Amino acid sequence: MAVSYRDIVKAGVWEQNAVLGQMLSLCPTMAVTSGATNGLGMGLATMTVLALTNLLVAGLRSFITPEVRIPAFVLIIATVVTLVEMSLNAWLHELYKVLGLFVPLIVVNCLILGRAESFASKQPVLPSIVDGLAMGAGFSLALTLIGAIREILGSGTLFANASVMLGPAFSFLEMKVIPDYQGMLVMILPPGGFLTVGFLLAGKRALEARAGKRRAAAALDGPACHAVD
Amino acid sequence: MAKTLIHAVVLGGFSMATAALLAGGNLVTAPEIELRQSEDLQTSLSQVLPARLYDNKLLADALSIAGGDGTPVKVYRGLKAGAVTGVAYEIAGNGYGGEVRLILGLDAEGKILGVRPLKHSETPGLGDKVDPAKTDWITRFTGRSLGDPDVEKWKVKKDGGDFDQFSGATITPRAVVGAIRGGLQFFAAHKAEILGPAPTTASRENP
Repeated sequence: MAVSYRDIVKAGVWEQNAVLGQMLSLCPTMAVTSGATNGLGMGLATMTVLALTNLLVAGLRSFITPEVRIPAFVLIIATVVTLVEMSLNAWLHELYKVLGLFVPLIVVNCLILGRAESFASKQPVLPSIVDGLAMGAGFSLALTLIGAIREILGSGTLFANASVMLGPAFSFLEMKVIPDYQGMLVMILPPGGFLTVGFLLAGKRALEARAGKRRAAAALDGPACHAVD
Repeated sequence: MAKTLIHAVVLGGFSMATAALLAGGNLVTAPEIELRQSEDLQTSLSQVLPARLYDNKLLADALSIAGGDGTPVKVYRGLKAGAVTGVAYEIAGNGYGGEVRLILGLDAEGKILGVRPLKHSETPGLGDKVDPAKTDWITRFTGRSLGDPDVEKWKVKKDGGDFDQFSGATITPRAVVGAIRGGLQFFAAHKAEILGPAPTTASRENP
């Protein structure tokens, strides 16, 4: 089955968004999103791993017999994550100190195994890389958004310490949204993560319901053959 | 049977390939990682041992002394002209969110040069006030020693001691004060060893 790149990107970023569409990877989501910077960092790290594992799985898929595919995928994923972790520690040590705890968590991120199983093992290399990048971008967007909401409400800042993680060039991202703000502690703690994800999920559902209604209305007005769509 | 063999070969091949990759990655990154870690250690040591106190390589001149519970404590010694001028070692206490690890720096008389948290997972906004980035609470220990106040006063005020807890959090300050008390007692118990003769120049130049 051929899939258009447009559909892949649309599915990855919006329709099947890892967190807000498929409800996958909630564990790292809750753990890292106490700030927008951490969310973005974890998202980008996951995106890198996902593109690499999708590339490897798609490239090696003809050698992997269906019966042993799951252990083979797990081996590939664990290897890539470990290599990424070691390289971060050696060459991007500042970033590693911020993300270090979370990088090994990527191994158990079900999104990675999920994409290997449901996409990369059935598709050629190039669409698989695009799928990895799109899913990773959607994950990064969701994590950054959740992190931003929690950070603004919880500590009144946005992208604090972005320059530590991404380099001094990104210090323009750091801002103090609410000056002299005492902070809503609950938003920084794990319950704040659940609250934020809940409201975002509801928001996404509402948007989709509205779009669906509009499409139904348009179909009623338009030619009959479109109604099947 | 033949099919099982294929599966075994596939998985075996994957295992060997990934193992080789990991071994290669480890070989390449291990020296770099070790360098980064000693840089980190040097940074945290320099926070509690002022550079003017010593002229040796702290990491090379470390002692290992068995602590109260039998686990070895690495003692980093600052030397000037062969005499110990300051020491630093890690201490730990049980906070609200798990272990709070700190580094304690003392001069040769056992007076505190500085204490800094290395790693903690205390509640943001409450227990994390031990972090010097948040408040200067941790600096109040500088200049204190085991006689100042007396050992039974090395507690938070809530436990009848001399040190303020901070509003909303008692467990974290209790853990920190207790850890420092333990660290000072460790110094008192092993003073001779800690302040013992400096290692020979030869061993110092070959870390």
